[in-house]
Amino acid sequence: MNTVAAIEPRHAAGQRLRERLFRGATFTAAVLVLVLLGGVALSLLKGALPAFSHFGFAFLTQEVWNPVTEKFGALAPVYGTLVTSLIAMLLAIPVSLGIAIFLTELAPPWMKRPVGVAIELLAAVPSIIFGIWGLFVLSPILQHHVQPALIAWLGPLPVVGKLFQGPPFGIGVLTASVVLAIMVVPFISAVMRDVFETVPDVLKESAYGLGATTWEVIWKVVVPYARTGMVGGIMLGLGRALGETMAVTFVIGNAHRVSSSLLAPGTTISASIANEFTEAVGDLYTSSLVALGALLFLITFSVIAAARFMLLRLERRALSNV
Amino acid sequence: MSSSTIMTGPAQRRRTVRKFINVVALSLSGLATAIGLFFLGAILWTLVKNGLAGMSTALFTESTPPPGESGGLLNAIYGSVVMTLVGILIGAPIGMLAGTYLAEYGRTSRLSSVIRFVNDVLLSAPSIIIGLFVYSVFVFQMKHFSAIAGALALAVIAMPVTVRTTEDMLNLVPQGMKDASTAMGAYPWRTITSVIYPAARSGIVTGLLLAVARISGETAPLLFTALNNQFWSSNLNAPMANLPVVIFQFALSPYKNWQQLAWSGALLITVTILILSIVARFVVSALNPGAGR
Repeated sequence: MNTVAAIEPRHAAGQRLRERLFRGATFTAAVLVLVLLGGVALSLLKGALPAFSHFGFAFLTQEVWNPVTEKFGALAPVYGTLVTSLIAMLLAIPVSLGIAIFLTELAPPWMKRPVGVAIELLAAVPSIIFGIWGLFVLSPILQHHVQPALIAWLGPLPVVGKLFQGPPFGIGVLTASVVLAIMVVPFISAVMRDVFETVPDVLKESAYGLGATTWEVIWKVVVPYARTGMVGGIMLGLGRALGETMAVTFVIGNAHRVSSSLLAPGTTISASIANEFTEAVGDLYTSSLVALGALLFLITFSVIAAARFMLLRLERRALSNV
Repeated sequence: MSSSTIMTGPAQRRRTVRKFINVVALSLSGLATAIGLFFLGAILWTLVKNGLAGMSTALFTESTPPPGESGGLLNAIYGSVVMTLVGILIGAPIGMLAGTYLAEYGRTSRLSSVIRFVNDVLLSAPSIIIGLFVYSVFVFQMKHFSAIAGALALAVIAMPVTVRTTEDMLNLVPQGMKDASTAMGAYPWRTITSVIYPAARSGIVTGLLLAVARISGETAPLLFTALNNQFWSSNLNAPMANLPVVIFQFALSPYKNWQQLAWSGALLITVTILILSIVARFVVSALNPGAGR
């Protein structure tokens, strides 16, 4: 270093300065990522504080949501968020698994890429498109053809029947769940496909060599090997479903209540915020909505963090296998 | 499985059952794929059918109308383009620098793995939360909604996308090239800007295109940052119309002409995003076949 500096002192000094500047810029930008997440968390907490301190723990357990009397409880939106996401996952996981299996093990090579790209394009469609499609196309179909059948067949059953009571509104918790399911399928299946592709061929070939059928190879070799990654993908999809706003806002009906029937209108955290935030008057109302946002952040953060940890572990294992 | 009365014996029977399960399971997975493709087709078909009905030159030359009158989406298209561009111009450079740090300077540091993790969380954080964040740190302080607030929210969403793709793409550049440059006495910044960036150019461009595709359809973060504006406005410091929010408001309105405009806007956005995503794929495969899928 000294010799270089002796030969071209001015040049080297300039180089070193630029190096310091560039390195500093990249470092600052990288730290900004941390600051950003911290800022998001802090600003939500600060905004939510008035609501939390005013209502206390009751904020979580009360169903009432009345802007006139300024009584707010998060039960209905939290319930709606969890239930719609849960049903969406129940619908989406088998379908995603099927797609991932088809793309990695079954599809002839000429089909893999176009079908894979088509499914990925479904993931690129913005959520508002799913919302407008769900409202104008899907919900009339559900209302006229699917929901009456559900009410007629499942309604009279004990226990399960409770979920399918009341008139077929078209919009409601069930419709929102179906739209969410369609939205998360591309995400989950893309992750599952990538995870399946990390399974070493030797393992699969050994199973085939023992006379296993394709399905047995998938179910007893591929799936157990890829389990962690699959769960990671599912959690990622769940995080997506929990926080999804526009698609849900269109079709859920926006009613702040907890109904036992899946056909009834409900609301989710993100739908409530999207619908009411700009119209909220009064500090307590706004703060309650931000508090909902803070709850959503907490829920999705834990789910996403868990998902990333699982995928990270898998990545490490894949690396150590190479 | 009851022991068999079939003549071929239990082993043969088990085999038949296994083959049967195999066929059923594989058919179901084919069916699942068909369902996925069906919904993509159904959504595109509805969009094209309803959206094309409203296509006209007025769509691109007139601003959003009051209920019942004719008009177009000019102000919303303009607003979306402006906010997306400003969002990318703010978010992408920061994201690229951060991605560069992760891939080059701090590749193995502990801080980097924390940043990677946090970036992944931001990448999947609900966009409405980002909207709330920008509202409280920017809109609330300025005391009014503005296009620049909307662009900021989009920048926050675009940033983690670029961090991720930049890091991934820089990692694809062969170590030998970096070593060669270092061996010639180049400082790291020289190596990065003169060797690594050019080598990874297509990949970085792909990342940018994907980031643009991601933010141009975002609605939730704009609802309480940029708000909406029924009239033409090019003032970045005032509320500005934008396609997603216009679609949201018009689709939920009872007026037929507003609903028609919502469909046309939805078609415009979707076609733009699909083209961006497909072009992005081509850019990658042109650079490095098999790398980006």
